[in-house]
Amino acid sequence: MDSHATTVDNEVHNPELRHHFADMQQQKNAASLGMWLFLVTEIMFFGGMFCAYLVYRTSHYYALAAASQTIHVLPGAINTAVLIVSSVTVVLAIHAIQVGKPKLCISYLAITIVLGFAFLGIKAYEYNQKFEEHHVPGPTFNFTDAYHTQGKTIPVDPHEAELFFSLYFAMTGMHALHMIIGIGLMSIMALMVWKGKFSPEYHTPLENAGLYWHLVDIIWIYLFPLLYLISRR
Amino acid sequence: MSKFLPLWPDRASTMAGQVDALYIYLLLVSFAMTALIFLAIAVLAIKYRRTRGHQATQIEGSTILEIGWSVIPFGIMLTFFVWGAVLYFKERTPPADSTEVYVVAKQWMWKIEHMEGQREINELHVPTGQNIKLIMTSQDVIHSFFVPAFRIKQDVLPGRYTTAWFEATQPGRYHLFCAEYCGTSHSGMIGDIVVMEPQDYAQWMAGGPTAPLQETGKQLFSSLGCSTCHRFDIQGRGPNLTGIYNKPVLLEDGRTVIADENYVRESILSPTSKIVSGFKPIMPTFQGIVSDEQLNALVAYVKSLSQPPTGAAGLQNQPSASPTGQPQTMQVQ
Amino acid sequence: MASLATPAYSEPKKNYLNDGYGLKSWLLTTDHKRIALLYLVSITLFFFLGGFFAMLIRLELLTPQGDLMQADTYNRVFTEHGMIMVFFFLIPVVPAILGNFLVPLMIGAKDLAFPRINLLSWYLYIIAGVLFLHCLMRGGVDTGWTFYTPYSTVASNTNVIEAGLSVFIVGFSSILTGLNFIVTIHRMRAPGMTWSRLPLFVWANYATSLIMILGTPVVAITIVLVAVERLLHLGIFDPRLGGDPLLFQHLFWFYSHPAVYIMILPSMGVVSELITCFSRKRVFGYKFVALSSIAIAVIGFLVWAHHMFVAGISLYAAMVFSFLTFFVGVPSAVKVFNWTATLYRGSISYATPMLYAFGFIGLFTIGGLTGLFLATLPIDVHVTDTYFIVAHFHYVMVGGVLMGYLGGIHFWWPKISGRLYPEGWAKLSALLVFVGFNLTFFPQFVLGYIGMPRRYWQYPDEFQVLNVLSTAGASVLAVGYLLPMIYLLWSLRYGPIADSNPWAAAGLEWKTTSPPPTFNFDETPVVTWEAYNYDEIEPKELEVPVG
Repeated sequence: MDSHATTVDNEVHNPELRHHFADMQQQKNAASLGMWLFLVTEIMFFGGMFCAYLVYRTSHYYALAAASQTIHVLPGAINTAVLIVSSVTVVLAIHAIQVGKPKLCISYLAITIVLGFAFLGIKAYEYNQKFEEHHVPGPTFNFTDAYHTQGKTIPVDPHEAELFFSLYFAMTGMHALHMIIGIGLMSIMALMVWKGKFSPEYHTPLENAGLYWHLVDIIWIYLFPLLYLISRR
Repeated sequence: MSKFLPLWPDRASTMAGQVDALYIYLLLVSFAMTALIFLAIAVLAIKYRRTRGHQATQIEGSTILEIGWSVIPFGIMLTFFVWGAVLYFKERTPPADSTEVYVVAKQWMWKIEHMEGQREINELHVPTGQNIKLIMTSQDVIHSFFVPAFRIKQDVLPGRYTTAWFEATQPGRYHLFCAEYCGTSHSGMIGDIVVMEPQDYAQWMAGGPTAPLQETGKQLFSSLGCSTCHRFDIQGRGPNLTGIYNKPVLLEDGRTVIADENYVRESILSPTSKIVSGFKPIMPTFQGIVSDEQLNALVAYVKSLSQPPTGAAGLQNQPSASPTGQPQTMQVQ
Repeated sequence: MASLATPAYSEPKKNYLNDGYGLKSWLLTTDHKRIALLYLVSITLFFFLGGFFAMLIRLELLTPQGDLMQADTYNRVFTEHGMIMVFFFLIPVVPAILGNFLVPLMIGAKDLAFPRINLLSWYLYIIAGVLFLHCLMRGGVDTGWTFYTPYSTVASNTNVIEAGLSVFIVGFSSILTGLNFIVTIHRMRAPGMTWSRLPLFVWANYATSLIMILGTPVVAITIVLVAVERLLHLGIFDPRLGGDPLLFQHLFWFYSHPAVYIMILPSMGVVSELITCFSRKRVFGYKFVALSSIAIAVIGFLVWAHHMFVAGISLYAAMVFSFLTFFVGVPSAVKVFNWTATLYRGSISYATPMLYAFGFIGLFTIGGLTGLFLATLPIDVHVTDTYFIVAHFHYVMVGGVLMGYLGGIHFWWPKISGRLYPEGWAKLSALLVFVGFNLTFFPQFVLGYIGMPRRYWQYPDEFQVLNVLSTAGASVLAVGYLLPMIYLLWSLRYGPIADSNPWAAAGLEWKTTSPPPTFNFDETPVVTWEAYNYDEIEPKELEVPVG
């Protein structure tokens, strides 16, 4: 079924118009507001963990700083670049559909998805590193490092260092879960573009999926400095 | 109060009457407000009941009234707050001359240690007319030390000390309840506070030879090897602990903290959390090596290093010069 | 009361109830009204399950000894009573049933903004409910509904993770409902329905929804951390491993305090509707009542640590939270005064919904005032974790939320079902509820002050008399709750048929048929009047007279 509504019948006959909305504009506004509100809930959701992290950073400074110092910055930095680029490709994809270039849109979405997988791949590599270093909380945990600053070395309680890793895995793990959902969403969007469901006039689900992707990106932008960068030697 | 239908518990501490007074004040205000509302509704509902031919009068509102019945109740509430805060400040500030008693809670019993060494389970003997400060910790989950007759309650946490204080005024036996749900026998974790006249209390205390708590601590200090680094004669690898209790301590990272019970406890269990300025972070942890009771003894010993040489429990904690005349605060020598 | 229905009126041909029969048409519906009924059935079932546990508690507490069940069993019973009532009843009851049904009608919309998400909300509720029932069958959970650490993460040997997961899922049901309401109220009001013309019930649900979306995610992540800690023996909240049990309490209460405003605000919205209709007057101080809902939602986020005054927070933190807690009492007091003032020079009828509204105002006043006792620090130190607290929250939850809900169910019953309920039985039930409730819970204030701690399976002898009084009251209360079940169901078949506006009430929902058609209005209404325009509405000639 050709779902490109003609401009004349746009309002009444647009098959994308749900029956309880008066017109497409109202539907789009509702969908946008709904998405933004959902993003707020996601921020509150991660907020609890950020709060726990900041509290323990303050009360067990040396231990958490020592743990943080063992995290390799390079994979994290690469991942940050990957995500930022992927957000750009999302914007480009939306722009492409806005100017009526669905094939270009799919290309950009594909790149976004590839970048998403790259992110997850690098994350998997990092997790594997942690596993090998015995920094995964639980029965295999073994932390022997210390906090290094200005030539001084301060040993720390491994239990408290384990706190860092508990929160590290919880936060990055939850983030990775959201990445996976994001990849899924983008795949569905690409499929919908391919099937011709979107047009310059109507592509609200794509915009909302884009918003979701940007949120996941922004959460990482906060995670990276807080987990990796502060307290570097 | 009538034993058949009591309205409040016994008043057996200096605070109890004051808390009750505040409570009665709130009761009176609340009764008045409730009566006002109930009466207003009853009168209005009857006076303006629906009758044939009579229409309601539409009234938009009145900003003056709105402000009035926002500000006036808030003003009344502020009196609750201020009276409450003042009393609460007293409740949370143990007097300096308090006798200390250590409490260790565990599922499902209360273990008491007096400074003189007396130990009790589920019972706490205290004399009238003396300020008692409870220093409490838990061995497992959160409990709460609740004595209705004294109007005190304080959660008892694992991993740190919390404190409460009271001065008992009336001899008798009063309920001690655990007030924070802690598992199977939460409602069985009860005991008695036994308040005695001072002479009866002295008699009770004298019965049975036990070492004072700080003596036990002193022995542990030696047997656990603390005295190897924390010396009193020369500058050792660890800070000299004379006179440190309740004094400021300068840390490595520039912070200054007060060396209270929790600081001393943390220093033993997690020494690298706070490193004294000018010292190396080489102290091993004693987590898992000392029990809560032993910790209490060590803390009592460290505190005793701030008292005059003849210091026994109950004497004022004077900030005195240490025996070797070394400075009170920790600094690089 | 057959006189309330116009004799020649016959049941409307097509309405949301008969628009499609069969299980699929109900289980796959996207009609907000049908979803409201799905919630009505499931929430009512959970209410009676929670009530069953309450009955067990009160029976055990008849005697000082623990003789009805073992201590471990009792600990599970009170935990499950609390969890069911808080998460599966009090939080969703008014928004998911009355809110779902009425908000689109009241604003002149055809449905909520996201009907399929609305259905998803219900399915999440059901999945959570089934999971919880499964947890019960496997032995239940005994942490208390507050599942404090380290007991819940380390010491309890019950199904903590499963119970936590169930609460997590039902939390998302709540979040999606809130999200739906906010978007609906912002974007789907009929032409002419400005914010200042909205019924106060809509304002109340809007404020509630703000709390739902901001607060619930925090308890969700807290549950995740507790589950992870318990599963992997981590130390996020365990002091032996460097963690802080107080951090759990802060995270938990950051949601759970605003949660109580999620529970009470919608019921307050109901009361506004009832007071206006049965006084035939616009509410006194509409703007103030509307904004007080928002004020409660905002200030409610600032007071959480008043649950932690004896937990080990600093004395200065306690003072700050005590001060802020007094603030949150002001908007609630403003509402009570405004409702009372609305009665002045009104034309008041004593139909059952109005009786529940009166009951609400009286009991909420008492419950709210006892909240001030708890904000006062030294009093809280003495009565926290005792039956005083239990009495306080039951006054506001049961005397407040539940009475508001019952008033609302009776008020909108004709709209929902197309039938009238029997007024005599309804009045009797309201009376039983009021009397039974006070008898059950007032003695608990005294019990608390004289020192009986809560969550106690056995207690010293001197507390028995008051406990017996309380249990006696509970049996009266139970009858008061069972009766409406019976006569409301009875009315579905034998009740007189209602016309579109049996109460001659203001509000768009009364301008469509009872029950409404699937798409609510035959034509989108255009609003040119203010809310509660009772000066323009003719009262029913044969309206229920005095008494």
